[in-house]
Amino acid sequence: MSAVDGNLAVDLLSVTLLALLFVIAIAMATLRSMFAIVMLSGIYSLITATWFVVVDALDVAFTEASVGAGITTVLFLGAMLLTSRRAKAEQGAAKIVPLLVVIAVGAVLVYASIDLPGFGDPNSPANTHVGTEYLVRTKPEIGIPNVVTAVLASYRGFDTLGEVGVVFAAGLSVTLLLGFGERALSASVRQGRKDKDTPGEESD
Amino acid sequence: MTGDHHVILRVVAKVLIPIIALYGFYVHFHGEYSPGGGFQAGVILAVAVILYSLIFGIGPTMRSVTPGFARGLAAFGFLLYTGVGFAALMLGGNFLDYDALVDEPPGGHIGQHAGIIIIELGVLFAVAGSMVAIFYAFAGRVTEIRDEDW
Repeated sequence: MSAVDGNLAVDLLSVTLLALLFVIAIAMATLRSMFAIVMLSGIYSLITATWFVVVDALDVAFTEASVGAGITTVLFLGAMLLTSRRAKAEQGAAKIVPLLVVIAVGAVLVYASIDLPGFGDPNSPANTHVGTEYLVRTKPEIGIPNVVTAVLASYRGFDTLGEVGVVFAAGLSVTLLLGFGERALSASVRQGRKDKDTPGEESD
Repeated sequence: MTGDHHVILRVVAKVLIPIIALYGFYVHFHGEYSPGGGFQAGVILAVAVILYSLIFGIGPTMRSVTPGFARGLAAFGFLLYTGVGFAALMLGGNFLDYDALVDEPPGGHIGQHAGIIIIELGVLFAVAGSMVAIFYAFAGRVTEIRDEDW
């Protein structure tokens, strides 16, 4: 989180953005209106993307902004339209047990983060073994300036193939579970209305 | 979407949507030089379609970008990626070994460039098609989104 060279502006920016994330998370946990929660989750993703830019992870920031803040928000809105607009308030143990679990997991993660190398530490494992190897070999072997693309598409092309397969499988599963869109409820209603409006016209 | 109070939204969207789509292609084809690539470009292109359907209704969108086309695009993208892998295999290299795609002297990068652009195109198609298909699966179940639903 804090830069090794002690850049005060970057530190302040990081702390501000992370504090905003904390506030938004609390607000999402207390709110009951689904629409507000979905909108806040989009804002959460956008602020996360901004923080990724602050720590120089541009490719990740780009993905977070487009997938997290864009597509996910729209899909949540679409799912929200199929259910109720307000969440039910939790009763009894359901109110306190999740809080205890979150505090316990958070404490474990904070304890583990003490062992993490500092941000941008040149002696950290990520910057000494395979990372530097990619930086050295990309130019002579692949010949493109963006090392992230070289790793993603060429060195780790097999992994990316698997990821594309996962995305495709997700799209296929949702389509199979929720219906084929044009055959769903709305389509049949529209179809009926269209047939009534324009009798004799061939329906597709 | 009745009433005149969406007219500004519609006019602005008509200008914005082509720019969003163009930006998606820029992110794709500039992915070798700047942040971004097939994943992000595919999502941005899907967002252009989804924005259109949010503003002009799901019906006109499903007529221009049909659900079948979205599903086919996703499958084609995955096949394109796999196809590059098998093409490299057939040409005597390993699976997804782009150097085998083009016959060039050692040290040449044409094979790598071509391979990366084609598999990223496969990623673009698969992601854009899947995202639009998922959105259609959700949005297609609601008959009509009224203003008071929000």
